[in-house]
Amino acid sequence: MKLSDLSRARLVTCLRGEGVWLSLSPFVVCIQSDVPALADRLIEMYADFALVPSGAFADFHIELRRGRGLRRWIRPQVDFHFDGVPTFHPLPLDQAYPMLEWGLNWCIASHAHQYLIVHAAVVERSGKAVIMPAPPGAGKSTLCAALVHRGWRLLSDELALLDVDSGHVIPLARPINLKNRSIEIIRRFAPDAVLTPPVHDTRKGRVALLRPPADSVRRIDEPAMPAWIVFPKYQAGTQACFRPFSKGQTCLRIAQESFNYDIHGRAGFEILTRMLDHCDCYEFSYGELEDAMQAFAALAASS
Amino acid sequence: MATLIIEGLSHPKLCLTLTSAQWDLLVRQGRRANLLGKLAAELAAHDLLGEVPNAARAHLSSALAVANQQARAIRWEVRCIHEALAAENIPAILLKGAAYVMADLAPAQGRVFSDVDILVPREAIECAEAALIRHGWRGDHHDAYYQRYYRRWMHEIPPLMHQKRGTVIDVHHAILPLTARIKVDTPALWRAPTPLPGLENFFILQPIDMVLHSAAHLFHEGELHNGLRDLFDLDALLRHFGKDPAFWERLVPRARQVGLERPLYYALRYTRLLLGTPVPEQVVASVATPSPPIRELMDFCYLRALQPDHASCVRAGTSTARFALYVRSHWLRMPFLLLAYHLARKALLPERHGDAEGNPARDAAGRAG
Repeated sequence: MKLSDLSRARLVTCLRGEGVWLSLSPFVVCIQSDVPALADRLIEMYADFALVPSGAFADFHIELRRGRGLRRWIRPQVDFHFDGVPTFHPLPLDQAYPMLEWGLNWCIASHAHQYLIVHAAVVERSGKAVIMPAPPGAGKSTLCAALVHRGWRLLSDELALLDVDSGHVIPLARPINLKNRSIEIIRRFAPDAVLTPPVHDTRKGRVALLRPPADSVRRIDEPAMPAWIVFPKYQAGTQACFRPFSKGQTCLRIAQESFNYDIHGRAGFEILTRMLDHCDCYEFSYGELEDAMQAFAALAASS
Repeated sequence: MATLIIEGLSHPKLCLTLTSAQWDLLVRQGRRANLLGKLAAELAAHDLLGEVPNAARAHLSSALAVANQQARAIRWEVRCIHEALAAENIPAILLKGAAYVMADLAPAQGRVFSDVDILVPREAIECAEAALIRHGWRGDHHDAYYQRYYRRWMHEIPPLMHQKRGTVIDVHHAILPLTARIKVDTPALWRAPTPLPGLENFFILQPIDMVLHSAAHLFHEGELHNGLRDLFDLDALLRHFGKDPAFWERLVPRARQVGLERPLYYALRYTRLLLGTPVPEQVVASVATPSPPIRELMDFCYLRALQPDHASCVRAGTSTARFALYVRSHWLRMPFLLLAYHLARKALLPERHGDAEGNPARDAAGRAG
């Protein structure tokens, strides 16, 4: 059963009751909430995702609860509970959905150490994955959103999950988090893209989430082998350009952008170096998305 | 129904018969009680990990990876501490988690840690603090009241954090606060500690003292988030050291000698009641027992508070029991007037820096956002 098979009313009831048991492929998350607007966001963003029977196994049990007492009425707030424990500072109620996404990122990054997890976007074409690690503000999500509207498959916008044994990237294909000017840029670039209404004044500025392409969600169980590591950087007014980057430096930067490199110890070093043996590594700067798309198409064709 | 995580740890084979809903609950209880790594280690030791359903096994592997990393980090940390103290010729006894790892004792398997605890002779404590500060550790408590609170009344100096590694060390000079109602003969613990090979002047407590210290610590603790894990530590120590009959012969007399018979009573009672730890009858019979009303009251409290702090383990009276033990721990720690002053001060003038208890509240839009 898919999430889109539920009516909105049914979804609201599930959120208030036993929860919505959503399959994000490697993870099942049970979401409970008394914020009805969350149902609308889930319908927009997760329509193509599968539901699993409630009451079985969920990796993460999360709740988004409206603040109590005065906080229900005056400047209402929302709390994120991880398995019954408030985990973050409360946020204004209209940030409930971004909070769900951020909270889920935290759940995965701080519990799923069966994977080596890197803060990176991952897209794939013809079975070959591009891993794009980058600090916030480098234009990683914008580039990722554009690529998945030009024939690349979305594996992840935030968290690259590397399988420790096979070296595969495991897809998550969750919504892409766009910030500030990127929202308009992507609206212009891909007019048919589905975005949530922007949420203003979050700690990251204005935020909207982009629905993952249906094809990426359909193929969520297909892992991909990394073929390229690309460090993207948006630089206004520059031509799209790949510059080869040393594997040693790449290794250090990925370790730096990893959430749990230290936990894997020697095994982590071995996964990374084995992966880099089979990858070409580049720094990539771009000023225009169209330009960047052509450069990526050429990259895919080059091998 | 008995708590799943206790059942699972006590009878690993039972885990293979669980439904997915039961696995769901087992993982959640284990995670909350900080016992998931131990469960993974236990299943692996019985060669059962491979038979666990994939979804649950992922969490076990993850918890085991964390535990292994922490054990590695602790070994490195202990070397760094040794380097700092060796320069000044200060001896130290490693306590609890660090001791289990360095001596490769049973409780170390899959255990997670928050910090390293060491005991140094009282007269060397200032020297030890200075040596650690020279090697990169820094104090976090700057408030003059808290400095005085620790230094005058407690059995330790304020925790020190390493500037680069972010690791925390608690340096003790006694195993209970100076103001505590129970008077412990700490110097007696120094008479014959067990040396740690390869680390000159570094020791662990001898087996009986290790059990007594672990008991004293758990049954003076007011916040029992890790209560069940600490009880499992005691269980593992008793099963391991208990193979030697001389251990049981000397246990109670030694407890009496150092002043820790009551915590030993609780340790034996609750490991037996909750975890089925084997203890010879004559040992049980020889420990002084509290009066029946006290015993009833403590049973009420500990049988609830030693459960995982998870919604599925709450029953009537759980929050009252936790609160009562919190109050009791302060009551045991210092005389009434001092306690009243300390709690009033804590309530009216909270310390200005971040939460010293490591409160997990954080910003959702952090790095993983």
